[in-house]
Amino acid sequence: MAKKVALLQGNEACAMGAVYAGAKFFGGYPITPSTEVAEVLSKELPKVGGKFIQMEDEIGAMASVIGASLTGAKSITATSGPGVSLKQELIGYACIAEVPCVIINVMRGGPSTGMPTGPGQSDVMQAMWGTHGDHAAIALVPNSCQEIFSETVRAFNLAEKYRMPVQVLFDEIVGHMRERIVFPEPGELEVIDREAPTEGPDTYKPYDATKGQVPPLASFGSGYKFHVTGLNKADDGFPTTKASLVDAEERRQIAKVMDNVADIESNEEYLTEDAEVIIWAYGSTSRSARYAVNELRSQGIKAGLFRPITLWPFPAKRTAQLAVQCKAIVVSEMNLGQMIYEVERVAKGNCVVAGEFRVDGEPINPGQIMKKVKEVI
Amino acid sequence: MAERYELRFSGAGGQGLITAGIILAEAASIIEGRSAVQSQSYGPEARGGASKSEVIISDQPIDYPKATIVDACLAMTQEAADKYANGIKDGGLLLLDADFVQRAPQGNFKVYRLPIMRMAKEDIGREIVANVVALGAVIGLTGVVSKEAGEQAVLRKVPEAFKELNKKAYNMGYEKGKELLN
Repeated sequence: MAKKVALLQGNEACAMGAVYAGAKFFGGYPITPSTEVAEVLSKELPKVGGKFIQMEDEIGAMASVIGASLTGAKSITATSGPGVSLKQELIGYACIAEVPCVIINVMRGGPSTGMPTGPGQSDVMQAMWGTHGDHAAIALVPNSCQEIFSETVRAFNLAEKYRMPVQVLFDEIVGHMRERIVFPEPGELEVIDREAPTEGPDTYKPYDATKGQVPPLASFGSGYKFHVTGLNKADDGFPTTKASLVDAEERRQIAKVMDNVADIESNEEYLTEDAEVIIWAYGSTSRSARYAVNELRSQGIKAGLFRPITLWPFPAKRTAQLAVQCKAIVVSEMNLGQMIYEVERVAKGNCVVAGEFRVDGEPINPGQIMKKVKEVI
Repeated sequence: MAERYELRFSGAGGQGLITAGIILAEAASIIEGRSAVQSQSYGPEARGGASKSEVIISDQPIDYPKATIVDACLAMTQEAADKYANGIKDGGLLLLDADFVQRAPQGNFKVYRLPIMRMAKEDIGREIVANVVALGAVIGLTGVVSKEAGEQAVLRKVPEAFKELNKKAYNMGYEKGKELLN
């Protein structure tokens, strides 16, 4: 039988990806340009026995997502820059309490209310460092409607597997444009469910590191009782200030991500093998970059594209390798230079690192990337 | 048509031009199985003011999703023509509503005129189908998708009770668009 296809907006594809992944809860507060994610989930979740709640604000929405996830429901919220700012304290709470959840950020211009209907990529550092304190972050940056679907599924998988919040960031351009989606059949994409504890409620400890880097999380309502807090805690979940316990917990929570970068990382490369200049771009900007690469190649300039799909953890190893092999890296992003700092950090002066930025609400077009490449070569 | 083909529909917000763009993208990508990307200007000022919808069609995967140089452009109002009928390729085409656009933008492209709103109102009997008349005319003029794919895409989009009305609107637009080429 032919697979089901549809012409969908990126935001609609995101919602359908969440349903495919087994999402059972959405708590959110509508905000342009992310609203269609909520709109579609308000229709689709009840059909699969899930719940949709429009909360009083973005903070309440994030709190509801954490609460729902603790009952075992795969949970998601969707918002844009100002909403993500409001959610930051609770994102940190989800990090330290190790509660799986997915946060969609359809990026617009900013800071503050900024330009609600214009695209931006200026929340990418926020995705890593928006909440305070040492922590690891996972952030995914798809660049097409089909990939938004599959990366939303992967976001749930990573959230459940590593027991932490995972952010999916795409800009307004990809969020609102329409492309054909081929719906994967059930089973075609991997769907990871949360690991359940093997011991009974009497001996269960929610942060027992002897069970592995990611201790299993019991669901409230299934007979298990445990304490959840934003304070540093011992393995039973109750607060502690004991130095050795605090230190071990902090380090484990970062190591569970950084020791597994190979599992979490995902990149695409296009004609990088012999490239003298590599354009380093993500989201909709990477589509302009790919167009630019083809044009530059037709003019005899050896250009290539490196596109992170996992933006955090930062693809340090591969970016460092490329910096050694090429003459220049052009980082292009719809902000005034954010990921370029990471690229410069790992390039260690082995190649020229230049930026091509834009923050006027218009997309970065292939022409301006080509111009920058010609300047640096 | 291996290369990318870029279309822009512009008019007043509320005239259904985003819908026309979506229907064309469905005709190309769902019915003909090619690549298409549809996007729109998305502003708080869109309703009533000038609005635009862009469709890129190709036999290859489409990278840059916005228009680079437009092959075919539609402008339903003077404001839309002034604001969006630009970046049209040499030898490209511009279709204007004959009653609502007095001043055509200058350029090395062919300008065609059809009284699209009047056709919808007087010949079909419903102004609301002007976007479908326009879609038919653009497909007739450009041949960017087949007549049948366009019609199927229109019919997929409209409720049962309005299928005949929209079919009539599409076919009238298509025939008039094709006649312009003679």
